[in-house]
Amino acid sequence: MSATLSVAWAVGWRMLHKNFTTPSLLLPGLAFPLFFFTAFAGGLSRVNDVPGFDFPVGYTAFQFVFVLLQSAAFAGVFTGFGIVGDFESGFARRLMIAAPDRRGILLGYAIGALGRWTFTATVLTAVALAAGMEVGGNGVDLFALYTLAILVNACGLLWSAGIAMRLRTLQAAPLMQLPIFLSLFFAPVFVPLSLLANWLQFIAHGNPVTLLLEAGRSLIAGSPTHVAYAFALALALVVAFFVWAMRGLRKAEAAGAG
Amino acid sequence: MNLGAQVLSLAKRSVVRTIRQPANWITPLIFPLALMAVNAGGLDSATALPGFPSDSFLAFFLAFPFIQGALFATVNAGVDLARDIQTGFLNRLSLTPMRGAALLFGHLGGVIVMGFVQAVWYLTVGLLVGVSIASGVLGALVIFVLAVLIVLAFGSFGALAALRTGSTEAVHSLFPVFFVFLFISSMNLPRNLIETDWFRTAASLNPVSYLIEAIRSLIIVGWDPEALALGFGTAIVLAIIGLTLSSFALRERLART
Repeated sequence: MSATLSVAWAVGWRMLHKNFTTPSLLLPGLAFPLFFFTAFAGGLSRVNDVPGFDFPVGYTAFQFVFVLLQSAAFAGVFTGFGIVGDFESGFARRLMIAAPDRRGILLGYAIGALGRWTFTATVLTAVALAAGMEVGGNGVDLFALYTLAILVNACGLLWSAGIAMRLRTLQAAPLMQLPIFLSLFFAPVFVPLSLLANWLQFIAHGNPVTLLLEAGRSLIAGSPTHVAYAFALALALVVAFFVWAMRGLRKAEAAGAG
Repeated sequence: MNLGAQVLSLAKRSVVRTIRQPANWITPLIFPLALMAVNAGGLDSATALPGFPSDSFLAFFLAFPFIQGALFATVNAGVDLARDIQTGFLNRLSLTPMRGAALLFGHLGGVIVMGFVQAVWYLTVGLLVGVSIASGVLGALVIFVLAVLIVLAFGSFGALAALRTGSTEAVHSLFPVFFVFLFISSMNLPRNLIETDWFRTAASLNPVSYLIEAIRSLIIVGWDPEALALGFGTAIVLAIIGLTLSSFALRERLART
């Protein structure tokens, strides 16, 4: 156990150090969520007046939850790009030889993804509050909202790590981000589920992101709905993607780590 | 070889090169329409807002793919030109009697062909999913002309970035900047319905808003002289600025080689 943790801390620290000392890595991860938040919450605030739109704490909070979960998922994906970079540079090969317990490598990348998102989420929350976002939920609700986002962050990381460790090339980048991008946008992004066009409503009903979004929005509004289901779903996704990523790790080991 | 033949020759090369890289033409054909579908499905209920100019959000939003497609074509073209610089093709070309203007216009000729194909594709898909063009067949032709002009304007800035930096990576990094211009515009709602003051001001200062509104007016309004004058005027001014700066950059780049 201590071997796993020592590897995890080393890899995690390296990822965080690399992220926070390289502006070209840090800034896109921060700029894109802020940009989406600005464009959606600022440009579409009038959607609040659409008949049937009855989110109690306003459109800014409605969009904030989407952008928070999106930033969490993409912090994981961007870390996946870093994993591929490590394979392409040969660092991952040396890391696998040196690590006494290779599961720690995966845990270390997860620490890196979490640290990366924590910074983004802090800035995003500060900007949203400065922009006048209303918050209806209490401390427990908000804790649950951010915990849900952490699980989404883990899903993003484990999905992209599974791809990165199987393919070990940056050409796999679209494969890491496209499914996440599509699953996020084929959900109730701009309006509640009931106001979507019929065909999109049909897809969104079957999209797990819809449940996570709706639970997150209910938490910020202070009227928690389907939260237990959302956490159960998020945990199930984490477990499934963990298995996916661990198998990827084994495949990378079998391939001689690239 | 006269200037026209030189331009044609390089334009042909540019088109062939684009065709040989499927990612360069599949992405601009598919991605803007996918985003249009998501936005149209998600914001369909916005048509219920008092003062919304159309009862179909899809028709309202059809102008968006034209602009986003132009961005894709621009970045891809800029990357190709930057690659010509990185691989030394431009250096070798400068040793031939090829004129600088031929290089620039030949290169942009390829972008324009791509822009035209995209415009036909977007409009065809729009018509197939039930959008009708309020300005009729003549309006559709005007949309093609404006779309090509927009691609020329944006393409000249892509070329400028390539010629100034000579780096594919630098041209790629332009994409998010262009994307900001696209999103902070009237693409999702008419400017008079944007509630947030600073956003409405930014959208009004953003030339992309006028390009979108000109195409949109032909689709949902009919013939709106003000929107068309602003759209064509903006595209022409951007093209003149972009081409002038690109010509200077090309002269500098060739002098350096």
